[in-house]
Amino acid sequence: MSTIWKVAVSVFRESVRDKVLYNLVFFAVLLMAASYLIGQLTAGQDVKIIKDLGLAAIATFGLLIAVFIGIGLVWKEVERRSIYSLLSKPLTRQQFIVGKYCGLGITLLVNVAAMVAAYYAVLAYMGAMTPQAARDAWVAPAADPALLQAVALIVIELLLVTAIALFFSTFSSPFLSAILTLGLWVIGHFNADLRNFQAVVDSPVAAGVARALYYVLPNFSAFDVKHQVVHALPVPAMYLVSTAAYGCVYIALLLVAAVAVFSRRDFK
Amino acid sequence: MPTRAWTTALTMAALLASAVGLQALRERTGALTAGPDNLLYVRSPEVLRRLSLSFDSLLADVYWIRAVQHYGGTKLSTGPDKSYSLLYPLLDLTTSLDPQFTIAYHFGSLFLAEPPPGGPGRPDLAITLLEKGLAANPDSWEFTQAIGFVHYWWYQDYPTAAQWFQRASMMPGAPVWMQPLAAVTLAEGGRRDGSRLLWQQIAKTAQEDWFKAEAARRLAQLDALDQVDQLTAILRAYESRTGEAATTWNALVQRGYLRGAPVDPSGTPYRLDGQAVGLDPRSPLYPLPKQQGRPR
Repeated sequence: MSTIWKVAVSVFRESVRDKVLYNLVFFAVLLMAASYLIGQLTAGQDVKIIKDLGLAAIATFGLLIAVFIGIGLVWKEVERRSIYSLLSKPLTRQQFIVGKYCGLGITLLVNVAAMVAAYYAVLAYMGAMTPQAARDAWVAPAADPALLQAVALIVIELLLVTAIALFFSTFSSPFLSAILTLGLWVIGHFNADLRNFQAVVDSPVAAGVARALYYVLPNFSAFDVKHQVVHALPVPAMYLVSTAAYGCVYIALLLVAAVAVFSRRDFK
Repeated sequence: MPTRAWTTALTMAALLASAVGLQALRERTGALTAGPDNLLYVRSPEVLRRLSLSFDSLLADVYWIRAVQHYGGTKLSTGPDKSYSLLYPLLDLTTSLDPQFTIAYHFGSLFLAEPPPGGPGRPDLAITLLEKGLAANPDSWEFTQAIGFVHYWWYQDYPTAAQWFQRASMMPGAPVWMQPLAAVTLAEGGRRDGSRLLWQQIAKTAQEDWFKAEAARRLAQLDALDQVDQLTAILRAYESRTGEAATTWNALVQRGYLRGAPVDPSGTPYRLDGQAVGLDPRSPLYPLPKQQGRPR
């Protein structure tokens, strides 16, 4: 366990050295500028728009980090040939993969936590600056704790994307890994269409294949409850738990697959 | 700072200054012919909803801002041809991407119903949009009342308006004045007092500043309609006493009918065209709504 932790910490430190956390500055500036500009550009609903924008930005920044760092996690070590010295140490390939994954997971968690803190600070400020009469019209307070439900599922989605990127990075080039990861992420958002494919095709075989793909491919649209939390619509606890469990199981599957592929790789 | 660093800094400053200068020069030499700015590449809400992946709410915000800018920009434009052609498609996209975007339905219906030149004058589309909002939020008395309002104000269809108000009054959370409003609309539809009551209630209960301002404007328009009636009566009296029609306000002032040139509630002078009293098109109250029936 301590070996995995060491690998994870080194990945996190490397991310900090690579100035990945600079995106937090962009995020904070984006939100602060938007909170001012939105009021000038629109008629009402400033807080709703800031909530939407903040959640979308957290998801987008996180996605970019997950994909573009995740795809290089293994490939970089192979390319630099540092994998030889690493694997000559008392470090199994499983520990290496899981440690790399945990390291990027920590980077993502730190990023999201900082972004959420900035997000709530901007929302709290907007709430304090809004007259009581206007606040009465809101369906939920500006700094609504329910927004954390969406953030929690975004985190799991990002961890899933990281697992996909890491899996591809165990056997593929960064460019191809990025294409495959983003492709899978996009397909994962169209997952519901695969379920209803039989409504548009006559072939029962094609419908069956589509149905099978629906169950096999990761369903990313399930992690999206942004709309519900922004409009203060209920998100059942059972939905959150089952979706989180689905994400965790899928992550475990991908890590096992990544370890399996990486264990068979010959670096001679 | 070493010489090399100074050289770099100076070079960068010189290049930046050159870029700024060239940009200014480009501006002066005239821009390229602009293409049409009324473009909406994707009009299908279903396609857009799918393309948005998990960012449908954010995209709805973008389209909402675009709708507000399109409406405001067109309304404020000084060109002869004011086309609000994108307004409904933009509102339709906004509300399809985010069916709970209540403000987009409410503001959108006001924008759509407003007659030219202040809007496209499409109360039918305003009702379509509100009915879409009601379908997405079936327990909302606000949408039901807003549909009744369009029938009341823009179509002067008081029985239909009363039906919608009645329906709204039976919905959860409806204010206590909704039931009397339905009764007044049915009994006295078309009277300005009824319209005043409606706008006063909207002004009282509106939670957005824009709605409050709009209600204040409509109430001022009702006052202006009263004033137009009074001025018309004065013109008739002048004509019957002198045997000639007044062509200027000055004639009425000189004979003691008026103390000065009359101004509308916004402070803009009324126009006298022949025997007709009307608002100056520059008045913020222009145009007045179609005749709101009897004054009292």
